[in-house]
Amino acid sequence: MSGFKERADAALADPILKIAVERTTGTAETKRMIAIDAFPDFEAARTRAAAIKDHVIAHLGAYLEQFEANAIAAGAKVHWAETADEACKIVIDICKAAGAGSVARSKSMLGEEIGLPHALAEAGIDRVETDLAEHIIQLADERPSHIIWPAMHKTREQVSALFKARHRSPHEEETIAAMAESARRELRTQMLGADVGISGANFLIADSGAVCTVTNEGNAELSLVPPRVHIVTAGIEKIVPSTPHAIHMLRMLARSATGAALTQYTTFYTGPKRAGDRDGPDAMHIVLVDNGRTKMREEGLAEMLRCIRCGACMNHCVVFRQIGGHAYGGTYPGPMGAVLTPALDALAPNRDLAHACTLNGKCQEVCPVRIPLPTLLKGWREKSWREGLEPASIRAGLGLWAWVAMRPRLYRLGTGIAVRALRLLGTKGWIAKLPLAGGWTRDRDMPKPAARTFMAQYQKERRP
Amino acid sequence: MTKNVALFVTCLVDMMRPRIGFAAIRALEAAGCAVVVPEGQTCCGQPALNSGDRDHAAALAKQTIAALEPYEAVVIPSGSCAGTIRCHYPEIFAHDSVWLPRAQAVAAKTWEVMAYLDQICGWKPQGVSVDARATYHDSCSGLRELGIKAQPRRLLRTIDGLTFAPLAGEETCCGFGGTFCVKYPAISNAIVGEKADAIDATGVDLLLAGDLGCLMNIAGKLHRKGSKVRAYHAIELIAGMGDGPAIGEEA
Repeated sequence: MSGFKERADAALADPILKIAVERTTGTAETKRMIAIDAFPDFEAARTRAAAIKDHVIAHLGAYLEQFEANAIAAGAKVHWAETADEACKIVIDICKAAGAGSVARSKSMLGEEIGLPHALAEAGIDRVETDLAEHIIQLADERPSHIIWPAMHKTREQVSALFKARHRSPHEEETIAAMAESARRELRTQMLGADVGISGANFLIADSGAVCTVTNEGNAELSLVPPRVHIVTAGIEKIVPSTPHAIHMLRMLARSATGAALTQYTTFYTGPKRAGDRDGPDAMHIVLVDNGRTKMREEGLAEMLRCIRCGACMNHCVVFRQIGGHAYGGTYPGPMGAVLTPALDALAPNRDLAHACTLNGKCQEVCPVRIPLPTLLKGWREKSWREGLEPASIRAGLGLWAWVAMRPRLYRLGTGIAVRALRLLGTKGWIAKLPLAGGWTRDRDMPKPAARTFMAQYQKERRP
Repeated sequence: MTKNVALFVTCLVDMMRPRIGFAAIRALEAAGCAVVVPEGQTCCGQPALNSGDRDHAAALAKQTIAALEPYEAVVIPSGSCAGTIRCHYPEIFAHDSVWLPRAQAVAAKTWEVMAYLDQICGWKPQGVSVDARATYHDSCSGLRELGIKAQPRRLLRTIDGLTFAPLAGEETCCGFGGTFCVKYPAISNAIVGEKADAIDATGVDLLLAGDLGCLMNIAGKLHRKGSKVRAYHAIELIAGMGDGPAIGEEA
């Protein structure tokens, strides 16, 4: 796969992507602002949300055990997976034991994270993505570009063309309603025929063993209730102590993500079908996945485990809004992805992610659980520096700058020479071409510096 | 009220636009302060800190702390550098029992210049007039680390003849980001391109902001696209130096 810069350049060169991303993030930004303005004391609610998550992350083992006991008591089977591969193997084994030929999958970023779609394909199990956006990217054979709107990089026109080419009885018109109807026809039959339903979890509730999922299309309910087996895959950090805590987090999640008070569908699943229930799966399996989370907690990234996957950080990120989600190269894009990807994968191939950020702090300002994303990104930069992953040119340049700046007299001499040299490159106040920093002047000019530095003027004249 | 202040000039102001430093001195003196420019200052270490080079950042922070600690207050014509000293110096020395209290003491008395003039001095420019329409870009570090939003506007509103147009996305980053604009010039250009378009769309004469980094980035883009909008650090107008050359204009 190409590197971050190549992917970013390709994204910048795609005018349709730019329109699609701006359309969705711009709307999300406006709607969130209206929803937050109408929320009584959102700042206090953020503080409480962060405290709830910090508390469970600090006592993760105890809450997970409580959850496990209650989930088992409700009739579910609980599995533990330390790695992505283990998690996939558990899911595949359950599918095989159930004799499943097809699975209906409700959107789950954890599923993407552990590579479940690929694992199911390798095992020869048919998979139907039931979330509309996931359905779109499944048809296009692409990966999600956003955690809330996986197909946000596509325009309505592109989706329409895709449906016309791939649906068995495609719509005639290009209206949203017609397209949704076409997807509904296509998906309903497949959902109802699936042997196994697989979902993620927005929250795992410790004191009841319930799993909470939210969707706006009701696809989770349709893909999890009719099949014989329901499998939940969930990151271990998804735990909350009780239902009231989950409700508080839900209020933060929906408003931060889309500006809605709540999602259209919020469902709590507690165990499989009970005696006397008309509907529901015969068996429920919950796979609790670590995949690096314990290590994150131990290595200074505990605050990142507060993340409730609302996507507000990416919706408000100037960099994400220019390059979209695919440029980030991992499952999770934007600021949260830039922190998570090196933890889930490795730092060396992902070092660009921590640097491709202006540290403007907007992501932290909008995060409903107050994750200090810029600080965590700077942590990766420090690690990258310590481990010698930074390019030699940058190390040498910063080292020279610091060496000179530690010697004020030499610094005055050096800055004096530097401004005189820079002035030679300019005409009429501007420099149109800079050596060594040609990227700056490719698309913008650099103002010409003053004839003499402030310090030189001040020391000589004490006044202008 | 503290009157005896050290001016930390910032490396960009020192090299690229000294008149911002002189404007800060003029405004501070008008507000009744005795201003000193300490000799030992160079760079606050922000480029190293943001690049992950913690050792060099700590060395420069120590030098800066030593240079600034004899004074009653430290005033800086940049929200970004002031934010580094106020918010990040104590983090750098979080596990250093000798330097942490020194860092905290300097952090506690460090101010961005317009915040200092407005909040501490309670001062407003008098007898200053500029006949122009302006718009204001809120620089990210000042806005989010130091809460600088109302202070420059309160100071600027007392200038005769200066009127304001709102800027769409006034709190959105301009894409400068210190070394970001050099490491990822294509992304940075896309971001500043939108900022420049938003500024042009206001139809103003002047762009004002509180950080020279952002101003160089935005003014450089405005100039390349042929815009007539002229850019100043807000303190230049506040100090009555708005009749001088704008960024990129020769004296």
